[in-house]
Amino acid sequence: MKSINVKVLLKASPIWIFILFELVFFSVAGSYLSLSDKAFMDVDNMLLLLKQSAPIGIIAMGMAIIMINGNIDLSVGATFAIAAIVLLETMSSPMFEGLGDWVIPIAWGAALLVGTLLGAINGLIAWKTGVDAFIVTLGSMLGFRGLVFMFNGENPTSHLNWTLVDFAEAQFLGLHTATWFLLVVTAAIWYLMNRTVHGRNAYAIGNNREAAVNAGIRVGPHMMINFMLIGFLAALSAVVFYSESGSVNPNDGQLYELWIITAVVLGGTKLTGGSGSILSTLGGVIAIQLLRKGLGHIGADTSTVNLVIGSILILVLFLDRQINIKGREELKV
Amino acid sequence: MLRLSKDEAIRFLGKQGILAAFVIFMLVFALAEAKFISADNVLSVIRSSAIIGVMALGVTFVVVSGNLDLSIGSMMSFSTIVVLDLHDKIGPVLAILAMFSLTLLLGALIGFLVGYLRLNSLIVTLGMLSAIHGLTLTYSGGKNMDISDKSSWFSFFGQDSVMGIPVPILIFALLAALLGIILSKTPFGRKIYAVGGNGTAATFSGISRSKTVFFCYLISSFCVATAGLIQASRSLGSQNTVGQGLELEVLAAVILGGASLLGGAGTIAKTVVGVLMLGFIQNGLLLMGLQFYVQFVVTWVIIILAVWLDIAGKRGKLWSPLA
Repeated sequence: MKSINVKVLLKASPIWIFILFELVFFSVAGSYLSLSDKAFMDVDNMLLLLKQSAPIGIIAMGMAIIMINGNIDLSVGATFAIAAIVLLETMSSPMFEGLGDWVIPIAWGAALLVGTLLGAINGLIAWKTGVDAFIVTLGSMLGFRGLVFMFNGENPTSHLNWTLVDFAEAQFLGLHTATWFLLVVTAAIWYLMNRTVHGRNAYAIGNNREAAVNAGIRVGPHMMINFMLIGFLAALSAVVFYSESGSVNPNDGQLYELWIITAVVLGGTKLTGGSGSILSTLGGVIAIQLLRKGLGHIGADTSTVNLVIGSILILVLFLDRQINIKGREELKV
Repeated sequence: MLRLSKDEAIRFLGKQGILAAFVIFMLVFALAEAKFISADNVLSVIRSSAIIGVMALGVTFVVVSGNLDLSIGSMMSFSTIVVLDLHDKIGPVLAILAMFSLTLLLGALIGFLVGYLRLNSLIVTLGMLSAIHGLTLTYSGGKNMDISDKSSWFSFFGQDSVMGIPVPILIFALLAALLGIILSKTPFGRKIYAVGGNGTAATFSGISRSKTVFFCYLISSFCVATAGLIQASRSLGSQNTVGQGLELEVLAAVILGGASLLGGAGTIAKTVVGVLMLGFIQNGLLLMGLQFYVQFVVTWVIIILAVWLDIAGKRGKLWSPLA
C-alpha cells in the first residue's frame, strides 16, 4: 500500500524526486563536510525543518491560488509585517489588560482581520480599476510597508505572552504547532482547489480568462476572494510565527515574496495561470527549506544559498519549458 | 468654448494625465512651500533622482520590449562594490572598464535567458536578483567596500559640477537624450515597439525577437553600470546592499511614466517625467514636514491612480467592465 502511494507522489510532480535527491545529497555531503557530528537526516532536524518552513509555506498556499488564478501578489511580505505588529500591539495594549489570556483570541482575530482587509483592498482595486495585479501589489508592497513604519516607527515591537509561547512550542503527535498549521492550511486549500466550484473556477479563469467570462464565471469576485485569502494566510503566518518569537522588526517579511514565489514556481505552478498543484507547492516549500538548511549544514554561507537558489529557479524554468515544448510538439503530430 | 464630455475628459486624462498631474502637483507644492522651487532645491532633487533615473532609462527599453527586470537593484550593488574594490587594486580607469564589462556580461546572460531561451522574464530576473546578491556577497566577503584615496578623480562622476550643473544630472540628461533618440528615431527602436506590441507579428515581419530583447537587456545593464558608477563615485564607499529595493522605485517611476507592462508602449521622455515626479513628491512631502514613510503610501496611491487613468483612457470607461 505504502509503496504505491510513494509512486503516485513521485509521478505527481518531479519536485518530490528533487527533495529525495536533496536529502541524499546533503546526507552524503554532510558526513564529509559538516562541522556537527549529528546526521542531517536526524528526526529532530527534519521536524524542525517542517516547523521552519511553516511561515513561508502558509503564505505559499495562498500564492499558489493567486498564481493559478493568473495573478501575482508582491505585497505579502508587507502584509505579514502589518499583521505581526497588530498582533503584538493588541496584546500589549492597556485596553485589554484585565482580560488575562483572553486577549489572545482578540489579538489573533484583529491580526487576521487586518490581513484579510489588506488583501481585500488589493483585490478590490484590481477588480474595479482593471489595473494589473502585478502593478496593484507592487504599489501596495510600498504602501503597506509605509503604513508599517508610520504606525510602528523604526523600533521593534515586542510582547511575550508565555501561554502563547507554550502553545507555539508544544508538540502534538510529534509535530510542532507551526507544522500543524501548515498541514491544516495545505489540506484546506487542497480541498478548496480540488473539490469546490471556487477552485475549479480559479483554474478556469487562469487558463483562459475570456473563455471563463463567456462561460458566465464572475472573474472579479473570484479574484477578490483569492486576494482576501492570501491576505488572511499572510496574517495567519505572522500569527503563528510571532506568537512564539514575540518581537517584530518593521523590516520583517522583506524578500518573503521572493522566497514564496520561488517555492510556488519550484512546485510547478505556471506564472501564466491555469495550472499548478497544492501538494507540489508544499513540495516546493520543503525543497527550498531543505536547500537553505542543507547548504548551511555543509558549511555554505548565505551568499552561496542566494546564488544556488537563484540558479535553481532559472534552471527549473528552463527544464520546465523544455518538457512543455516536447509535449506540445507531440500534440501537434 | 471648450466642451468636454465625460468620456473625452477621461481620454484626455489617460493621454496627458501624468503631465497634468505633475504640473498640478508642482503648483500646489510651490504655493505651499516657497523653498520647493528654489534653484538649489530643484537641482538637489534632480541630482538625487539621477541614479534611479539612469536605471529607469534602461528599464524603459526592457519594459517596452514586453519584459520586466527585477534584478537591477542587486546588479547595481554588484557594480558599485566591484568598481570600489578594483579602484584601489588596478586604478580607476581599468576598474571602470572592468566593472562595465562584468555588468554587461550579467545583462547579456539575462538577455540570453529571456531573449534566446524565451524564459519568463519575471522569474528569470527574480532568480538573478537572488543570484547576483549572492555573487556580490561572495565577491566582497560580506564586507563594506571603501576607497582609501578619497581625493581620487574618481569622485568626479558623483560629486563634481560642470558649469554649475552636477555631473550626475549631466550624465542622466545625456544618456536620456541618447537613449531617447535610439528608442524613438532609429529602426532598432521601432523594432523594440514591434516586439513588445505583438511578438508573433514582429517575428513574421522578419524582426528577430530574440536579438531585440537581448539588446534591451544589454542596454539596461549598461544603465545599471552607469548608476553604479555614480553611486560609487558619490559615496566612495558602499555596503553590499546599496541597491536593494531600488528595482521597485525604478519600476514605479517607469510605470508612472506610462509605460505599459504588457509591452509596446512607453517613451524615454515620459519615464523622465515619472522619475522627476517621484523625486519631487518625496522632496515635497519632506519639506512639508511629513514623516519620511508617508512617501511610500503616497507613491502607492499615485502609481495606481496613474495606471488606472492610463487604461481608463484607453478603454474610454472609468471602471473596469469585469463582472
